[in-house]
Amino acid sequence: MNPSEHTVPASSWMPWHAAVVFGFLYLPIVTLIVYSFNGSGVAGFPPRDLTLNWYRLLFADDAIWTSVLNSLLVALAAMAISLTFGIPAALALDRASFPGKTLFRRLVLLPLILPGIITGLSLLMLFQAGTVRLSLLTIVLGHGTALISVATTEVFAGLQKLDRAQEEASLDLGANYWQTFWRVTLPNLRLSIIGAALLIFTLSMDEIAVSFFLIGRDNTLPLEIWGRLRRGITPEINAISTIIFIFSLAAIVIWYRLRTKAETDLVL
Amino acid sequence: MVAGESPARRRAVALRTAGGMPALRSARTTLATVSEPATTGSTPSSTSPLLDIRKVAKSFGKNAVLRDISLQVAEGEFLTILGESGSGKTTLLRIIAGFEAASSGEILMAGERLDNLPPYRRRVNTVFQHYALFPHLTVAQNVGYGLKVAKLPQPEISTRVQQALDMVKMAAYASAKPAKISGGQQQRIALARALVNRPRLLLLDEPLSALDASLRRQMQVELKSLQREVGISFVFVTHDQEEAMVMSDRIALLRLGELEQVASPREIYNRPATAYTAQFIGHTNLLSGEVKDGVARCHSLAWRTGLRDGPGLFSLRPENIRIAGSSSGTAIVRFRAQIMRQAFHGATELLQVECADGLVLSIRAASRESWTGDVDFEFSSADAVPVRASEKN
Amino acid sequence: MFSRAYRAAITIPPLLWVAVFLLLPYALLFCYSFWSVSSSQEIVHSWTLDNYRQLVQVNVYWQTLARSMGIAARVTLFSLLLGYPLAYYLSFHAGRRKDLFYQLVVIPLWVSYLVRAYAWKTILGSDGVLNTLLQYVHLSSHPLDFLLYSPFAVVLTLTHIYTPFTFLPIYAALEHIPRNLVEASHDLGASPFQTFWRVIFPLSIPGVLAGATFAFVLSLGDFLAPLLLGGPSGIMISNIVVSLFGAAYNWPLGAAISFCMLALVLGLLFLSESLEKKWSFR
Repeated sequence: MNPSEHTVPASSWMPWHAAVVFGFLYLPIVTLIVYSFNGSGVAGFPPRDLTLNWYRLLFADDAIWTSVLNSLLVALAAMAISLTFGIPAALALDRASFPGKTLFRRLVLLPLILPGIITGLSLLMLFQAGTVRLSLLTIVLGHGTALISVATTEVFAGLQKLDRAQEEASLDLGANYWQTFWRVTLPNLRLSIIGAALLIFTLSMDEIAVSFFLIGRDNTLPLEIWGRLRRGITPEINAISTIIFIFSLAAIVIWYRLRTKAETDLVL
Repeated sequence: MVAGESPARRRAVALRTAGGMPALRSARTTLATVSEPATTGSTPSSTSPLLDIRKVAKSFGKNAVLRDISLQVAEGEFLTILGESGSGKTTLLRIIAGFEAASSGEILMAGERLDNLPPYRRRVNTVFQHYALFPHLTVAQNVGYGLKVAKLPQPEISTRVQQALDMVKMAAYASAKPAKISGGQQQRIALARALVNRPRLLLLDEPLSALDASLRRQMQVELKSLQREVGISFVFVTHDQEEAMVMSDRIALLRLGELEQVASPREIYNRPATAYTAQFIGHTNLLSGEVKDGVARCHSLAWRTGLRDGPGLFSLRPENIRIAGSSSGTAIVRFRAQIMRQAFHGATELLQVECADGLVLSIRAASRESWTGDVDFEFSSADAVPVRASEKN
Repeated sequence: MFSRAYRAAITIPPLLWVAVFLLLPYALLFCYSFWSVSSSQEIVHSWTLDNYRQLVQVNVYWQTLARSMGIAARVTLFSLLLGYPLAYYLSFHAGRRKDLFYQLVVIPLWVSYLVRAYAWKTILGSDGVLNTLLQYVHLSSHPLDFLLYSPFAVVLTLTHIYTPFTFLPIYAALEHIPRNLVEASHDLGASPFQTFWRVIFPLSIPGVLAGATFAFVLSLGDFLAPLLLGGPSGIMISNIVVSLFGAAYNWPLGAAISFCMLALVLGLLFLSESLEKKWSFR
C-alpha cells in the first residue's frame, strides 16, 4: 500500500464523473461535426450517407460569406477599440490613484458579468438619442465597449506579474517615463496583449446579445445564422458551425501556448 | 508531560491510535513512553529503538535519491539529519512522515511496521519548512486541529491547546489568524500544533531556515530545551552544520543519498570518518600523504600513525595547529611557514600559511596585530585524524 | 513615480470612453424607465412610476422574473455539481494530464454559444439525435416531447454553457491551495475526507462563489436559449425585454425591467463580493 496515494480522497467515482462531464460538454460539438457530413440532414440516428454536400452548399452561399466578412471587420475594429482603451485602463487601475477610481473599476468590469442585452439596449438608447443610424459602426462601438473589460482584465493580470524593478532600472539608467513605457513595460505586456486580442476577436465573432440591438442592414455571422434558424434548420448551419469550431480550436491552442510560454519566460 | 499519566491522556492516546492499533497495544506503548528515560548518551540506548529505518532506498524514476539507509532513533533523542541540498534529507523525512513511499526497505516504530500506514495513522507529527498553517483557521484552531480531527471532547481540546500555546509562549495570539503574525511566531504555532498531539516522534523540516540569524540562534536554544522538557524524540533536518552541532544528541550526515557518518557532535567533529565529513563540518586541512612503517609523510611533515602502509588521508583542524612552543617530543610536529593571508574573526584569526615546500595550511590562532616573516608552528600527531577518502560527485 | 502627463494619458481616454459609452447609456436607461409610451407610439417624457407598478402588478412580468430566477438557480446548482468535482479531479488527481484536461474543458467555451445552443436543439428535437437514439435502442416508443421547447431544455443548454464558467474559478482556487496544507492536515491525523471538508473546501469557497455568481447572473439574463429551445413555457425575462424593444414597442417598460435586472445583478455582485472577502484568507 502506497501511503502517498492517499493524500486526497482517491474516490473511484471521480474519473467517471469527469468522463461524463467531458461527454456532456462535447456531445453537441461532436453531433454537429458528425451531422455536417450526414446526407439526410440533422435528423435521425444513426447518421448515414456520408457527404460533403452541405459544405458545397455552404461555400456557394454568398450571404453567409458576406456576413463572415462583416464579422471579421467588426472584430478587428472592436479589437482596436478595446485594446486602445483597455490597456490604459489597466495601467490606470494598477498604478494611478484618482477620484472615482472604484467607480471606474466597477464600470469597466461590469459588461463582463452583466447580461449582454442590458449593455446592448442601453447603447441603443444612446444612439437613438444621438440620432445615430444603426449600422456596422454601431456594432463596432458596442463590441468595443463591451470587450474593454476583457482587455483590461488580461493586461491587468500581466501587470501584476511585471517586475517593477525593471521599470525602476530603466528610469535609473536615464530613460524617461514614455521611453520606459515603450521599451520596457509594453514588451513585457506583449503576451498579455496578444492573448487579450485573441480573446476579444473570438468573443466579437460570436457576439449576439449586444449586436442584436445595434444591427443595421448588414448582418454579422451570428446574426445571419440566427436569422436562418428562425426560418428552419438547415444542415448548412452544421457545416459552418464545424468550420467555426476548427477556428476556435486553433485560436485556443495558440492562446494557451502563449500563456504557458509567458509563464515559463517569467521563470528566469 | 512525560511523567504523570492522566486517564484523559490514556483515553486520548487510545482514541488517537484506535484507527491503527487495538486499544490494548496502545496502552502498552503509552506506558513504554512513560517509563523510558530520555537518552543523553552519544550512542543509542540499549533498549529497543523508537524508530528503526532498515535499508530504505528511494528512486524517482531513474534518479536514485536515497540508497540503503539504515538508521535508528532512540527514545527521547534529538537526532539531526544533516546534508547539503540534493543529499536526500528531505526525502528521508517525508518517507518517515508518510508523504512518500520508500522504493525498498522498511521502517518500524516501536517494533511495528510504520511504512505501510498512511500519514494520518502514524504517531508522527511534522513541523513543515514553511509552517503550513491553515490560513482560514485561527491560531487556536490550528493548534487544536489534530485533536478536533481525533474527535476529542471540546473541553479537553481547549485545555491542551492552552497548554501548548503557553509552552511556546503564544497564548496571547490564540484568536489571531496566521496571516497576522510574524514568521517566528508562525513557527512556534507550527511547533505547538505538532506537539499538542503528543506524537512519539516529531519531525522538523528545516524549520529555522526562514528566520533571521539572531532569531534563529534563539530558537535553536529554545527548541533544544523544549525537547528536553517534553522528552519525545526529535528528528531535525538541516543543511546548517553549526545548527546541527548546537542542538543534536547525534548527527546523521547524509551525502548523495548515503549516510557518511552517524555520531555525536563531538565525535563527528573530532573523529570524522571521511574527508567529506571533515570538510563539511567545521574547517579542516586535508593532508594526503604516504604511510610507511608507521610514519605518515606529507610534503616535509612527518608524524607517527597507526595506519597501514600505503596512501593516507588525514584531517587536521586549524585550531589544533599552534605557535611552536618550547616543549618537544616525537608526538609533536614542527614546521615553519609564511603567512599569506589572515581573516579577522574577532577573538581568533584564520591564517593561510605556506610552507617552504609549497604546502598550504589554514591555522586558527588568537588574534594578533600583525604577523611578520616566517613563523614556527606545531601540532600534535594525534590531531592528524585519518579519514577515508570520499568519492567525487 | 509617474509624471502627470503619463497619468493623464492613461486615465483620461478610458474614463471618457467609459463615461460616454457606459455611464451615459445606463443613465439613459434609468431615465427611460420613468417615461411612458403614448398610443401613437411616441415616447412621452413625463416622469412616472407607472412602469415599475406594472412590473409588480401585472402577473406575466413578475411571474416570468420568478421563473427566470428559478431557471438560473437550477443552472447554477447543476453547473456547480458538474464543475466542482471536475475541478477537484483535475487539480488533485490528474497529474501529468492536468494541462491537457484543462484545455479540453476550456475549448467548448471558445466555440460559438449560438452554435452550441443550436446543436442542443438538433439533439433534443422530436426528430433529433436523442429521440431517434432512444427509439433505436428501444428505450422509448415515441419521441419524448418534454426534451425540447421546455424549461428542461433551457436548463440543460445553459448548464452546458456555464459549467466551464463555474469550473474555471473553482479550479484556480483549488490550484492556489498550497499542497503542504494537505500534507499538514494528514500529518495531524485527518483522513482524506476530513482534509477535504476542513481544509480544501473552505479554501475553495471564493472560487465557488465567483463561479456561482457568474452562472446565475448570466443565465438569468439569457435570451437566446429560451428563444431557441424554451417554447412558450420556457420564456425568460430577457425575452420579454427583447419583445418590448421590438414588436411590442414599449421602450420605457423594457427599460424599467432592464433596470430592475441591472439592480438585481449589482446587488448579487455586492453580496458575492462581501461573502468572498469573508471567505478569503490572504
